Amino acid sequence: MKKKVISSIFLIIQLYINYQNWIVKNKIWNSLELKAATLFSVFVILLLMLIIFKSDLFSSVKENDLFQKTWKEFNKNLGGKIAAVMLLCIFYAAFMAPFIAPYSPLEIDYSNMNYSPPSAAHWFGTDDFGRDIFSRVLYGTRIALGIGFSAVFLNALLGITLGLLAGYYGGKTDMIIMRLVEIWNSIPFILLALAIIAALGKGMLNLIIAVGVTGLINFSRLTRSIVLQIKEKEYIAAAKALGSSDIRILYKHILPNSISSLIVLGTLRIGISILVVAGLSFLGLGIQPPTPSWGTMLNRGQEFLTSAPWMSIFPGLAIIITVLSFNLLGDALRDALDPRQLD
Amino acid sequence: MFAYIIKRLLWIIPVLIGVSLILFGIMQLVPGDPASIMLGTNITPEAVKALNAKFGFNEPFHIRYFLMLKNFLNGELESIYYKDQVINIIGNRLYATIELGTLSLIIAVIIAIPTGVIAAVKKNSVFDLISMFIATIGISVPAFFTGIIFIYLFSVYFKIFPSSGYGGPFWTAEGISHLILPAFALSTVMIASTSRLTRSAMLDIMKEDYLVTARSKGVKEKTVILKHAFRNALIPIITNIGNQLAMMFGGAILIESVFAWPGVGRLAVKAVEFRDQPLVFGSILILSFIYVLVNLLVDLLYGFINPKITYN
Repeated sequence: MKKKVISSIFLIIQLYINYQNWIVKNKIWNSLELKAATLFSVFVILLLMLIIFKSDLFSSVKENDLFQKTWKEFNKNLGGKIAAVMLLCIFYAAFMAPFIAPYSPLEIDYSNMNYSPPSAAHWFGTDDFGRDIFSRVLYGTRIALGIGFSAVFLNALLGITLGLLAGYYGGKTDMIIMRLVEIWNSIPFILLALAIIAALGKGMLNLIIAVGVTGLINFSRLTRSIVLQIKEKEYIAAAKALGSSDIRILYKHILPNSISSLIVLGTLRIGISILVVAGLSFLGLGIQPPTPSWGTMLNRGQEFLTSAPWMSIFPGLAIIITVLSFNLLGDALRDALDPRQLD
Repeated sequence: MFAYIIKRLLWIIPVLIGVSLILFGIMQLVPGDPASIMLGTNITPEAVKALNAKFGFNEPFHIRYFLMLKNFLNGELESIYYKDQVINIIGNRLYATIELGTLSLIIAVIIAIPTGVIAAVKKNSVFDLISMFIATIGISVPAFFTGIIFIYLFSVYFKIFPSSGYGGPFWTAEGISHLILPAFALSTVMIASTSRLTRSAMLDIMKEDYLVTARSKGVKEKTVILKHAFRNALIPIITNIGNQLAMMFGGAILIESVFAWPGVGRLAVKAVEFRDQPLVFGSILILSFIYVLVNLLVDLLYGFINPKITYN
C-alpha cells in the first residue's frame, strides 16, 4: 500500500512536469535531447502506472532464489540503499535535464554579464556569463554519465576479451597477453590518456577512447582469474565432450558465470572514469567549453575562486556525490553478489 | 629472496622498452608531417631536410624509434614551444615533482596507517565511524577539487599558506609553506584508500587463531597488535599503496596545475595544450619511468616483508 501511495505521488509529479513541457512550452520532439527526454518520461510514466495498477508484475522475479538472496544481502547495507536512491535521482536528472532545468545551460544573459550569488531565481548562482549554474550542473550529469559509461563499456569489452583469451588458452598465450597488459599498465593511466589526447586531439570521442583503453588490467586480471577457476569445472568438460566450440564455451558458459564480479568491478570503474574525465576536462583537455561539464566548470570556477566560490563548489559537489554513489553501490553489490574479494 | 630480486630487476628492462615503444607508437598517430610540426612557424625546406635526416622520419618504424630515443638522451630533441632541449626542460622541473610526490607519500603513510589501525582496534567506536565515513567520502573526491577547497580555506579565507607557486627547496621556510597545501591535497586520496584498507586488513588478521594464542600466553595487548597483527597486515597494505601510486601520479598532474607547481606534470599538460609533441613524449616518458621505478621499490619492499614469496 505504501509503495502504491509513493508511486502515485511520483506519477502526479511526473505528469505535471510533462504537462508543463509538452503542452505549455511545446517541448516534445524538436531536438535530439528533447526526444530522449520525451521517450524517457513516457517510460517512467508507464513504469509507475504498472507498479500502481499491476503490482504482481515483478512476482516472478521476486520468487527467484538468487534474486531473493541478493536482495536480502543488499538490504542490510544502508550505504548501498542510499547510493541506489541517489543514482536513480542522478539518472533521472541526466535524462530529464531539458525538462527540469529552469534555464538553458548555454544561454548567455547579456543583462547580467556578471556572476551573482545563489538566490531564489538561480539556486546555485550564475557564472561569469550569467548562465544558471543549476542548469549547467544538471546538463553536466548527462555528459559525465554518458562518457563514464561509454568509457567503461569500451574498457570492459577490451579487458574481458583479453582476460578470457588469456585464461582459457593458458600457457604461452596467457603469458604474452598478461605481460603486454602489465606493460600497458606501467604507464599511469591519466598520463596514457594524456598522451592519447595529445596525439588524437581534443574532443568527446577521443576522450572516450583515451579513458576507455587505459587501465585494462583490472578487467583482464579479474576475468582471467575467474576463467582459471571455472575452466576446471565438470560442466565445461561436458560441454567440450558434446563438441562445443571454444567461442561457444567462452560466451555461453564462462562469461555468464563471471558476470556478477564483472558488474561489481564495472560499477567501481565508472566512478574512477568520471573522476578521470572530470580531471582531464579541468585541465582543458577533455570536454571543451561551452558544453556544460563539471570539470570544465571547475576550471572556469578556479579563476573566480575568491569572488565567486559557488562557481566551483556546486560542480565539485556534483562530482563527489555521483562518484560516492557509484563507489557505495559497488561496495554494496560486492557484499551482496560476490564472495570473491576484488582489489 | 635473492632470485626474486633478480627476477624483478630484470623485468624492468622489457617494461621500460615497452613503455617507450607504446608512447612512441601513440605519437605516430599525430596527423600531418612530423618534421613540419616540429619546426612550427620557422619552416624552411632545408630545415625539414635536416630534421628528416636527424630523426629519420622517412625510415621504417624501428629506426625512427631508435633515433628518437638517441636524440632524446643526447639532448638533441628540442621542444617546439620552449626552443630548448627537452631533457633540460624536464631536468629543471623534475626536482619539484619528486619533492611534492615524496612529501605527500610520507604524509599519507603517517596519517593513514595509524588511523586504520586505531579504527580496527576500536571497531565501531566513534573514532572508527567518523574516520571511515570521512575516508569513504575521501576516495570519491577528485584531487583537484580538494586542492581548490584548500586554496579557498587556507589561502583566501584564513590566509595561512600561499595559494600557488614554488617557494624554493623544502628546508627553507618559504619553500615548506608553499609545499604544504599541494602535498596535503595530493595525499588525500591515498590517505582515504589506505586507511580503509588498513582497517579491513587488520580486522581480517585479528580474527586469526595465533592472536588468541599470543594473548593467552600473556603477551601485552600492544605487542599483540603491533607485532603479531600489524606485521601481517602490512602485506595487503603495501600492495594497495602500490596500486594507488598510479592514481597519485595522475593526481600530481592535476595538483601541479591547480597550485601552479613547476613540475613535470604541469609541463606535460602545457605540452599537450601547445601541441608540442617532443615535449609530450619526453615528459610522459620520464614520469612513466619514475612510476615504474617506484613500483619496483614497492615490489621489492613487498618481497622483503612477505617471506612467502621466496617459495614461489
